[in-house]
Amino acid sequence: MSDVAKLLVGSAVERMEDARFLSGSGNFADDLAVEGMLHAAILRSPIAHARIVAIDASAALAMPGIHAVITARDISDTIPIIPLRLAPLPEFEPFRQPVIASDKVRYVGEPIAVVIADSRALAEDALERIGIEFEALSAVTERGASETPLFDFAEDNVALRYDAGFGDADAAFASADYVRTERFSVQRHTALPMETRGLLAEWNSSAGRLVVTGATKVTFYNRRALAQMLGLREDDIDLIEIDVGGGFGVRGEFYPEDFLIPFAARKVARPVKWIEDRREHLMAINHSRDIACELSLACRSDGMMLGLRGQVFADMGAYIRTNGGVVPAKAAQFLPGPYRIPHVSVSVEAFMTSKTPVGTYRGPGRFEANFFRERLIDMAATDLGIDIAEFRRKNLITEQELPYPIDGLVPYEGPTSYDTGDYVEVFERALKEIGWHEKRHLQGKLVDGVRHGIGLGCFVESGGAGPKENAALTLEKDGSLTVAVGSSVLGQGLETVLGQIASDTLSIPFDRIRVLHGSTTLLDEGFGTYHSRAVVMGGSAVLDAAIRLREKILQQASNHLGRPNSELKIINANVVADNGASVSFAALAAGCELQADGTFSNEVRTYSYGTHAAHVTVDPRTGAVKVLDYIAVEDVGRAINPAIVHGQAIGAIVQGLGGVFLDHLIYDDQGQLLNASLADYLVPTASDFPVLRAVTLELRPSPSNPLGAKGAGEGGIVAVAAATANAVAAALAPLNVEIHHLPLTPPRLWRLIKNAHARAITAA
Amino acid sequence: MKLPPLDYICPATLPEAIAALAVHGGNAKVIAGGQSLMPMLAFRLAAPSVLVDIGRLPDLKSISISAEGIDIGALVTWRDIERDAQLAQAHPLLAAAIAHVAHYQVRNRGTVGGSMAHADPAAEMPGIAVTCDAMLTIVGSTGTRILSANEFLTGGLSTVLGADEILTSIRLPLWKKARRWAFEELARRRGDFALAGVAAFYDIDAQGLAHNAHIGVIGVADRPMRLPGVEAILDGRRIDADVILQAAAVARDAVDPADDIHAEAAYRRDLLGVLLERALARAANITLPEAA
Repeated sequence: MSDVAKLLVGSAVERMEDARFLSGSGNFADDLAVEGMLHAAILRSPIAHARIVAIDASAALAMPGIHAVITARDISDTIPIIPLRLAPLPEFEPFRQPVIASDKVRYVGEPIAVVIADSRALAEDALERIGIEFEALSAVTERGASETPLFDFAEDNVALRYDAGFGDADAAFASADYVRTERFSVQRHTALPMETRGLLAEWNSSAGRLVVTGATKVTFYNRRALAQMLGLREDDIDLIEIDVGGGFGVRGEFYPEDFLIPFAARKVARPVKWIEDRREHLMAINHSRDIACELSLACRSDGMMLGLRGQVFADMGAYIRTNGGVVPAKAAQFLPGPYRIPHVSVSVEAFMTSKTPVGTYRGPGRFEANFFRERLIDMAATDLGIDIAEFRRKNLITEQELPYPIDGLVPYEGPTSYDTGDYVEVFERALKEIGWHEKRHLQGKLVDGVRHGIGLGCFVESGGAGPKENAALTLEKDGSLTVAVGSSVLGQGLETVLGQIASDTLSIPFDRIRVLHGSTTLLDEGFGTYHSRAVVMGGSAVLDAAIRLREKILQQASNHLGRPNSELKIINANVVADNGASVSFAALAAGCELQADGTFSNEVRTYSYGTHAAHVTVDPRTGAVKVLDYIAVEDVGRAINPAIVHGQAIGAIVQGLGGVFLDHLIYDDQGQLLNASLADYLVPTASDFPVLRAVTLELRPSPSNPLGAKGAGEGGIVAVAAATANAVAAALAPLNVEIHHLPLTPPRLWRLIKNAHARAITAA
Repeated sequence: MKLPPLDYICPATLPEAIAALAVHGGNAKVIAGGQSLMPMLAFRLAAPSVLVDIGRLPDLKSISISAEGIDIGALVTWRDIERDAQLAQAHPLLAAAIAHVAHYQVRNRGTVGGSMAHADPAAEMPGIAVTCDAMLTIVGSTGTRILSANEFLTGGLSTVLGADEILTSIRLPLWKKARRWAFEELARRRGDFALAGVAAFYDIDAQGLAHNAHIGVIGVADRPMRLPGVEAILDGRRIDADVILQAAAVARDAVDPADDIHAEAAYRRDLLGVLLERALARAANITLPEAA
């Protein structure tokens, strides 16, 4: 019935956010300023593990401009504990984090006190005047390295162990022609969004209401948690989402500060702002990765994979935060990847150390698992004398085998299956893009002093987590459309994408649509943005609401024009009848309220998939690596906005290359974080990896949602370590170097080359 | 990461600036571009009671080339050097080295004087100053003194600058036209401090033999240094592959770098040898046989 010249869904519409950001009119947490606002700074533990004997804040309190120094004693006898939002396994309960340290600190950066002052600078001055007497305890920095339990109730520092799998791996290994076992690891690093965290909390004591601005990701969940901790009703708290400069999984989870800042605002009865600085960001926001794995592969001599065994060891840091065991669980779940491996057994051990707690970071567990498996595949293929591309082609799950069940790998999740796709076609496309057939002769070749290597990495990537998402659409009196959604916007372009969906469905010009998101004031309930779910779930909810609103508009127009619905068409925000009579949306909205709610419920996950290929050179004398070419090919089912999906892919590749070469949170054996500044914590900048390419395909839409979309924000990162490390390993293969551990720094590669050389001399 | 409480003075003349420093003794700190000092203040690694901003002082922003040498004012920025086409001709080694300094934003504010006074062991400018026998002009309450770069730098992040002294300019000796030279460094990312770096030049006599060899290194000790043992190998020799490999071997033995979070000592030592080989080969315009 609607008549639209050009559908926006599927086209590279310019982002509606861009004009705002590029002209400096974004509204971020640090832009907030309200009358009477005070500033918070947080005293963080300078040592990794200690008892707190005494805290003396009197000198700090006596300083001019200091309004309060809040410690555990000021909060209550029982310190609120941050809940497990995901993977709520009971074993983790006792390891959850209190919002402030009371008797013990367990990592460098753990909050001990909050200073509220007239300015942030004064608050930081006061931090230096707070005296704390510690009784130092030994730090725990490695698995099994110390007998010192971090928690008094525990006998050791292992929080959780479990086994999972399907088939009969033991039998498969016993009967296999070929078995290889290797140990791998991915270093601790973090997502490093450009904007650090920030909150403004305003307490209205007469109304008994709290407003917290700067919330994001899972605002409704966080409101629930905060209400419980503060003894307020959920209705008495609003969490407001404004512009957010990047999330990548780490931003927006419930952190100690999400309690401490609102608590402080209520206590001092003044608005309180807290902006995390980069130093505290690096020691306070969730760390991630930090997974080691012993992986075994069993094959027939012709390269058919028979079985996979993996032991995943996860350094969880000092506490189990909101994400529970997601990182190690996903590292285990994604070990088999897109391959037909009939027998899989995995085990997970999550252990505690004196380091910043771990949470999810873009592609949690997948970045690691794909690296482990794809490295082992290259080793196995080489051992068996099979071309690395042929080995993968032979073992990739074919379209005829889909849906392919991969049940039983995660103890807290129900059955799930890889849904749709043509894994082989996408694989072949990546080979073609990188020029595999033309360039494979370069593997390991020394040309002009550098060795060439081409690496491959295949993946499947889950997205679209349930249970549901909500949206509400309102046709305003001026004929414009307001879209409200429970999904969060973290800078990924969701406003544009949701606007495209609404525009097509309602035939309203894109520039007449305003998208409101995230805040708890918009809807009764929202579920947020994580697990690449915002388009799948939020987009489908908007579509549902738009269809309902369309029906209401047509019904109203039918009354207005006196023609039946069957004779009406929507054209460019007007309803036109067959007889030529028409009425504008604005006129209809002026006459009555036109509003519709939409929802989308779904527990079925989407599985996007693809292949990455990297062509690198390694300078064998310095260990310096150059990325000459990089291609990521991914089928996302349906790209609502190809330009945004492409940007997601390129950004994710850069971020992944950071994880391969640069990003590394380095601790010493005392549990001190040695590089809490961007001078020493290295991240890729826009100019470090100039030649990256991404191809987004729409071969097989997702059957799980009406848009046909699959998650598209994480496929760009999950296979970067796999493809890149394989390329580096291929380059160095003639020097008998194998790659097991990240990051691939020049000094590490140099050391591997030296050691291999020394081994060769000893052997000879 | 807010600055500790401090006062700020922005004098209009050099005597006023020196007087301000003298009044506050060791509690004052000179600030120019602020690219090293501001982070140290933000991390509260430095806590002076007063900042003396020399950014408005006249006459410290010029680059002049005369018969006496190349004079670079303390307030000259990396971007100034990059933009000065004459300087690139007059001192190609300086231009090549400065191309590696820092990232875009820092290059617009960071100054020659600031880099010398901060004295980071891996910084390019002190490295060039030491390699090229630069002389530094320092003005204080008791007058002006002129020191060589080598005398000026006393260790990691430390110099002979007194509490009431300001480094006003640096003079590089004139560059000879037919000079052979090269600069090589490796950093984790372009613009980061070097894991190691080499600045090298020598002159060629009528017989094609090298003399006046200057080999300076950064990032492998607590301060930039010349390697006299390497220079001795080069002087009087025709620079060929054998000489270069000998020189590199001597260079590796001549330095004693420390382990840090970015690299183990053995790596920096070996890297220095590789960079020296490459620098000398490039200077001599020869190709070394490929290794490994």
